Amino acid sequence: MFERGTRSLEILELTRLRLLTFVRETEAVFWVFVFPVILAVVLGFAFREGDPEPSRIGILGAAGAEAPAIAGELLEVRSLEDELEAERALRRGRVDAVVVRGATPEVRFDPRRPEGQLARERVLAALEGRTPEREAAIARLEPQTQRGSRYIDFLFAGLLGMNLMGTGIWGTGFAIADMRQKKLMKRLVVTPMRRSSMLTSFLTARFVFLVMEVVVLCAFGVWILDVPIAGSVLDFALLAVMGGITFACLGILLASRARTIEGVSGIMNFALMPMWLVSGVFFSYERYPEFLHPVIRLLPLTALVDALRDVMLDGERLLEQGPELATLGVWGLVSFFAALKIFRWQ
Amino acid sequence: MTDASESPAIEVQGLVKRYGDFTAVRGIDLRLDRGRCLGLLGPNGAGKTTTIEIIVGLRAATEGSVRVLGLSWPGDDREIRRRIGVQLQETRFPDRITVAETLRAFGAFYERGPAPEEIMELVGLEAKAKTRISALSGGQHQRLALGCALVNDPELLFLDEPTTGLDPQARRRVWEIVEEFKRRGVSVLLTTHYMDEAERLADDLVIIDQGTIIAEGSPAEIIGRLGQVSIVEFRAEGADDAFLAEVAELPGVVEAGRVSADVVVEVDSVAASVPAILALVEARGLDAAQLHIHRPTLEDVFVSLTGKRLRDV
Repeated sequence: MFERGTRSLEILELTRLRLLTFVRETEAVFWVFVFPVILAVVLGFAFREGDPEPSRIGILGAAGAEAPAIAGELLEVRSLEDELEAERALRRGRVDAVVVRGATPEVRFDPRRPEGQLARERVLAALEGRTPEREAAIARLEPQTQRGSRYIDFLFAGLLGMNLMGTGIWGTGFAIADMRQKKLMKRLVVTPMRRSSMLTSFLTARFVFLVMEVVVLCAFGVWILDVPIAGSVLDFALLAVMGGITFACLGILLASRARTIEGVSGIMNFALMPMWLVSGVFFSYERYPEFLHPVIRLLPLTALVDALRDVMLDGERLLEQGPELATLGVWGLVSFFAALKIFRWQ
Repeated sequence: MTDASESPAIEVQGLVKRYGDFTAVRGIDLRLDRGRCLGLLGPNGAGKTTTIEIIVGLRAATEGSVRVLGLSWPGDDREIRRRIGVQLQETRFPDRITVAETLRAFGAFYERGPAPEEIMELVGLEAKAKTRISALSGGQHQRLALGCALVNDPELLFLDEPTTGLDPQARRRVWEIVEEFKRRGVSVLLTTHYMDEAERLADDLVIIDQGTIIAEGSPAEIIGRLGQVSIVEFRAEGADDAFLAEVAELPGVVEAGRVSADVVVEVDSVAASVPAILALVEARGLDAAQLHIHRPTLEDVFVSLTGKRLRDV
């Protein structure tokens, strides 16, 4: 099966070169394994569940007999000098709302910012003199803080998807640009090597790394960040690997023409930027206008992150992810064959 | 199929390559018979690399026909690639891979050919089997490039400036390896801008300048074209055209010219010309630094054909 001159040996040998290059390249190991872990730790701390953040309120105007006190558990109150300072503090986000004392106090806030809305609610509650007992008479409040519904749980799938996209696209793209810049591609095409073997070897090498990457990141998430995986862990890992391969195909396509590392960096940033923004890594794409949703869902990162969340948070099966799998598959196959068609070998 | 073993190793007719408005190769004919070494000589930018890249199938010709081992592009691509060995200019192998690993990977593309150990012995890298590419010297890297061109035991070897940038000792090692292959009957197409390299390795020479052939024949034939002359060269700061015209009129002088700062004089009588030249130099208040007299070399042929030195361009 692995006779000299066969496709299988070609792919095997080229894959071996990629793997050897990678493991001997300490920086690369850092960016693929250590960096995402550090990122996740930092974000994990930033979004740890704990007591809710208080709203920061700036008070304007002298305290007087006619002005009601503004105080409450979740209000952090400071006084402001004058109108100018009040305006600045609000604009720069140093306070979430400004309250101007008076018989009828004035509450200034930015209704488009969630912090502003929250501050408004809390100030009104404080002015009303609302207490937990009085709130309980209005409605039964059931705070939800169980695993699986925290922000970090939502974020984990997003970060995993983003990392798979980054390593898949940058890893293969840079390797290709580097080989082209070293005129190694040109040297390889004067041998009888099948051109598809070259491109396939990027995927097989990527597959090997992916298995390691997914295991490391999932283990980290489950044990350190304590994120739950409601569905099957195997389904989750398989999805991650499929996503990773799709991005490697996309990486090959993006690097198929660029002559230099700089060139390929530009193209990749251009392609990745929209997905970082709209694919729902950090917040749900539901926040974008409704008419954009079908387009956003066609992006490979959206498909991957959605499917990962379905399995992880809602306990769905891999096979229930039909549309997402189809999206990933189409992106992968089209990218690979388009790359094979337009690839610049010299 | 025609009997491919009877056809020349390379046969090129009317080769033209245009890039937009620029014509890199303007109608070149080449023929390399089996078991011989053809040297393609010319300054940088003469069209040597373009020509070799067309012959090895990296670029398509704009016009003309190219046959390699009796086969042609496109159509017989895989068959040609199986039977040729190519060393290209400026290939950089992956830094973190060792010599043995590189040869093994290249070997995987061919059905047969010597094992990596055999190749390393052939190119004198057996002690470097486990050395990473990043730790190789320029000469060693070049010998590895040559080794990679030999993994399939090729019938026809392409060497594109195999010793550019190497020190004299490293160049001689490369020459010895190429000579060993010539002895084995491998046909070689060599490009170079070193005259000594061409004189040593090539059986036949083609001199190219600005995309056209300006001379061809064996090295001895080409040099013989200058006739029974000697070359007198010296450096004379301030030698102007008037001075050169005067030199040309001196007894025993065939032709006088200037190449960058050097005065180059073709003479048919050393005894008659040299004292007269020196007297004139003295009379004009110039200096004849680094004066030397030698038999014509290919370099002189090139100077005489183009008015410039090969390496100047």
